[in-house]
Amino acid sequence: MPETIFRPYSPSESLRSDRSAGDRQRHRQKVRESIRDNITDLIAEESIIGKDKDKIIKVPIRGVKEYRFIYGENTPGVGQGDGNSQPGQVLGRTQGERGQGEDKAGDQPGVDYYETDVTLEELIEIMFEDLELPDMERKILREIMSERLSKRKGYRRAGIRIRLDKKRTAISRIRRRLAVARRQGEDWDDEQRFPFHQDDMIYRHMVTDTRPESNAVVICVMDTSGSMDTMKKYLARSFFFLLYQFVCTKYRNVEIVFIAHHTEGHEVTEEEFFHKGESGGTFISSGYTKALDIIKERYHPTLWNVYAFHCSDGDNFESDNPAALKAAKELCEVCNLFGYGEIKPLGSRYYESSMLNIFRRLEAENFQTVLIERKEDIWPSFKAFLAKERVREETAAAEA
Amino acid sequence: MADWDVKDLEYWDEKIREKVEEFGLSCYPQEFEICDHFQMLGYMAYSGMPSHYPHWSYGKSYEKLKTMYDYGVSGLPYEMVINSSPALAYLMRDNSLCLQVLTVAHVYGHNDFFKNNFTLKSTRAELTLNLFKIHADRVRGYIEDPSIGIEKVEAILDAAHALSLQCRRNLAIKKLAPEEERKRALEAAQPPSDPFQPVHKRQVYTPPDLNKVPLSPEEDILLFIRDYNPYLSEWEKDLLTIAQEESQYFIPNIETKIMNEGWASYWHREILNSLNLPQDLHLEFLVHHNQVVRPFPRGINPYYLGLKLWDDIKRRHDDPTPEEIEKYGKPTKTGMQAIFEVREVDRDVSFLRRFLTEELMREMDMFQYEPRGDELVISKVSDKDSWREVKETLLKNVGMGSIPVIKIEDADYNHNRVLYLKHYHDSRDLQLEYAERTLAYIHQLWGHEVVLETAVNGKRALLSYSDKGFSTKPLK
Repeated sequence: MPETIFRPYSPSESLRSDRSAGDRQRHRQKVRESIRDNITDLIAEESIIGKDKDKIIKVPIRGVKEYRFIYGENTPGVGQGDGNSQPGQVLGRTQGERGQGEDKAGDQPGVDYYETDVTLEELIEIMFEDLELPDMERKILREIMSERLSKRKGYRRAGIRIRLDKKRTAISRIRRRLAVARRQGEDWDDEQRFPFHQDDMIYRHMVTDTRPESNAVVICVMDTSGSMDTMKKYLARSFFFLLYQFVCTKYRNVEIVFIAHHTEGHEVTEEEFFHKGESGGTFISSGYTKALDIIKERYHPTLWNVYAFHCSDGDNFESDNPAALKAAKELCEVCNLFGYGEIKPLGSRYYESSMLNIFRRLEAENFQTVLIERKEDIWPSFKAFLAKERVREETAAAEA
Repeated sequence: MADWDVKDLEYWDEKIREKVEEFGLSCYPQEFEICDHFQMLGYMAYSGMPSHYPHWSYGKSYEKLKTMYDYGVSGLPYEMVINSSPALAYLMRDNSLCLQVLTVAHVYGHNDFFKNNFTLKSTRAELTLNLFKIHADRVRGYIEDPSIGIEKVEAILDAAHALSLQCRRNLAIKKLAPEEERKRALEAAQPPSDPFQPVHKRQVYTPPDLNKVPLSPEEDILLFIRDYNPYLSEWEKDLLTIAQEESQYFIPNIETKIMNEGWASYWHREILNSLNLPQDLHLEFLVHHNQVVRPFPRGINPYYLGLKLWDDIKRRHDDPTPEEIEKYGKPTKTGMQAIFEVREVDRDVSFLRRFLTEELMREMDMFQYEPRGDELVISKVSDKDSWREVKETLLKNVGMGSIPVIKIEDADYNHNRVLYLKHYHDSRDLQLEYAERTLAYIHQLWGHEVVLETAVNGKRALLSYSDKGFSTKPLK
C-alpha cells in the first residue's frame, strides 16, 4: 500500500471554491418561479396583509420537487425501540414523520415538501414583476420641478465667487500676459508683476434641471360601516394592500390618500386604514365627496394623474344611491381611472343589495367594477383591474 | 484552531496503517484532504466528488444541508470518503485530534470495503474521479453551446434524474447482448423434453415473436429510451448516458450502506483499541464511538445495526452457544475468516437475511410500524409469531428495496409506439402524485404515450400519460 497523502487545509482554496454558487442561484430562480406560479394562494394567505416590508414569510414551495417513483404512505417500515415496544403504540403523525426521512435507514425517500423564507418585499417584487400600472397620461403641466438639481452648462465672464473656475482663470491670465508681452516687445520685463484682472475671471455656469415627473395620486376609499364584517374588510384590505404595495414598488413619487367612510368620510393614515375597524351606517357618497374635496384641494386634475378605488359590500342606504351615483360620475371626470370593488363573500350576493346594478348606469370609459367573492378572487380581479386599463390605453394609442 | 497539525495526523496515520496491515485489511491508496465546513457542505451536496456537473438540484441540496447545519438540526459528518482509487476522504478542520484519529481509522475500514466487496468492485474505482470530471466537462459543454443552453440541458437532466435509479439492481449479473437474448427466447419457446414423446400427442411449437421490443422486460429505462427513441439528438442521448452511469456508481453504495458503515465502525473500534491511546484520547474516543453507534429511537441506525451484526457473526464462529451449535452445527471457520468472507460476498439484503437472527432482533427491539389514519402505529414487534414478518419488511426496505421495480414490457403497445411499463407490485403502492410527474418525464423523453400498470388499494390500474395529460383507468 503506497504512502497515504494528507493535503493540508488552505484558506485561499476555501475562499475560491464556492462551487455550488451557480447551482444555488439556479435553484433560487426555480423557487421564485414556483412562488410566482402559486401567487394566488399566497395572496389569499391572511398573514401577509398589512405587514411590515421586512417581515419574513414562510412560503411553501411546490415547483422544485425532484420527482421519482417512490412508494406511497401506506407502506410499512421498520424501526427500533427502547426495549418495551408493544403493538398499538403510537409513534407519531404520518406526515412530517415521513418527510424527514433522513434518520431512518431503509425508509422511503419521503415526500419532498419544504418551505422557504422570503421577505415581504421580495414577495411583492415577484408578484408585480409582470404587471405595470397603466401609463400615466401626459398632462400638460405634468412637468413640475420635482427635483431642484442643477447641472453645469458652459462658462460665463460673470458670476458669483463660489463658482469661479480657478484653472481656466489662471489660463486666461497667462494668455493675456503673453499677448501683452508680444505687444510691448523690447519693453517687456519678465520679472514684472502681472496681477489678475477682472477680465480673466471665468465662472462656471449652472442651470436648474427640471425633470418631468409623473404626478400621481392613488385614492383608496373603503367602506368601514357595520355591515362590513371582518371577512369583507379583510378582502377589501387585501385588495388595497396589493394596490398600495404595487404602486409603491413601481413609482417613487406617488402619493396615496386613504379615506375610510361609513356615514361620513375621513382621511386616515395608512396604519388606521389597514388596521382600524369602525361601525355605523353607510353613505357611499360621503366617501366620494371626501375624495372629491381632497382632489380639489390638493390634487388638481390638470396637474395630477388621479387613480381612485373604492371597496364596499354594496350595502348602501337606499336614499344615498342617487347621490353616490352623481359623486361617482364626478369622480370619473377627474380621475384617470376609478374602480369600484364589491365585496360579496359567497352567498351574500343573493340577499344583499348591490351597488353594481346602480353603477351599471354609469357610462364612463374609465370606470370599472370588480366583484370579489372569496379570497381566491383577489389576485385575478387585481390583475384584471390593471390589465383592462392597459388595453384601453393601448386602443386609445392605436386610434391616435 | 484545533489541537493538532498535519504532523500529528501523519504520526497517527502511520500507527493506524500498521494495524490495518496487521488485521489483514486490504485497501486502495488513501488520500485525505482537510477542509472547513463550507467545503464539506459543498462536497456533501455533490456526493463528495471534487468535480461534478452542475444542476440546480445540487444547489437545493446544499441549501438544505446548510440550513439544517445552521439551525443545528444536523451536524456534519466527521468524514466523508468516496469510492475511488486512490480513495479520497475529507477531514473536518475543526475536529479534535481524537476525532481525526477515529475518522482516519474509520476511513480505512470503508476503503477496505470498497476494494473488496463484490457489488462495489463493478464500479472501477480507478476511473471514478475521471468519470465524474468527464461528465462535468461534457455537460458544461452542452450548457455553453449556444444551440443548446442551460434550459434544454436542465429539462433533460430533470427527467433523467427522475429515472436514474430505475435500472438494473444487481450489477454483478451480466446484461445479455441482443444476440444472447434472442437465443434465450428461442430456447424458452422449445417444448420441454419429454421422454414419453412417442406415445404423447405432438406438442405444438409456437415460435417466439423475435420482433418484440424488448424481448424480455427491461429495467434500464434511461438506456432503453436512449437506444429506441430515434428522435433524440446526440447530446440528449449523452445526457441520459451520463445520468445512468452516475447512478451505476451510486447503486452499490446504496446496496451496502449497513454493511459498509458497520464494517468501518467495527474496524475503527478494533484499531483504536489496539493503539494504546493516551488515556484522555481514549476516553474521548469512547464518547464519540458511542455517539456514532447508538441506536436511533424509532429509526434504524446503519452504524449500530451493521456493527451489531458483524460482532455477532464473529462471536458465533469464535464462541458459539450450545444452542447455536445444535442449530447451525459446529463452526468451520474462525470469526475473522467468516467476517472477511462476508464482507466480500454479501450486500445489505443478503447480509441481513443471513445474519439478522430472531435473538438479535429481539435484543434490538425491532418493530414494524404502519400508518393508521394519520398516525404511525407499531403493528408488529419481534416476538415469536411475527419476527419473520418484521424482518421481511426490513429486507424490503433496505438498499434498492425502497425503489419500486418498474420494467418496460413493450415499446410498441397496440402497435402504436406506446411505451408499456409494469410496476412489479409487492403490496406497496406507488405515491401517485410522484408517479404522475415521473410518467410525465418518461413521456417527455419517449415522445409518445406512456402507460404504467400498477395497483392502487388492491385494484389493478393503468396510469397513462399522453399529450392530453395524465389519466388513470382500472384494469380487470
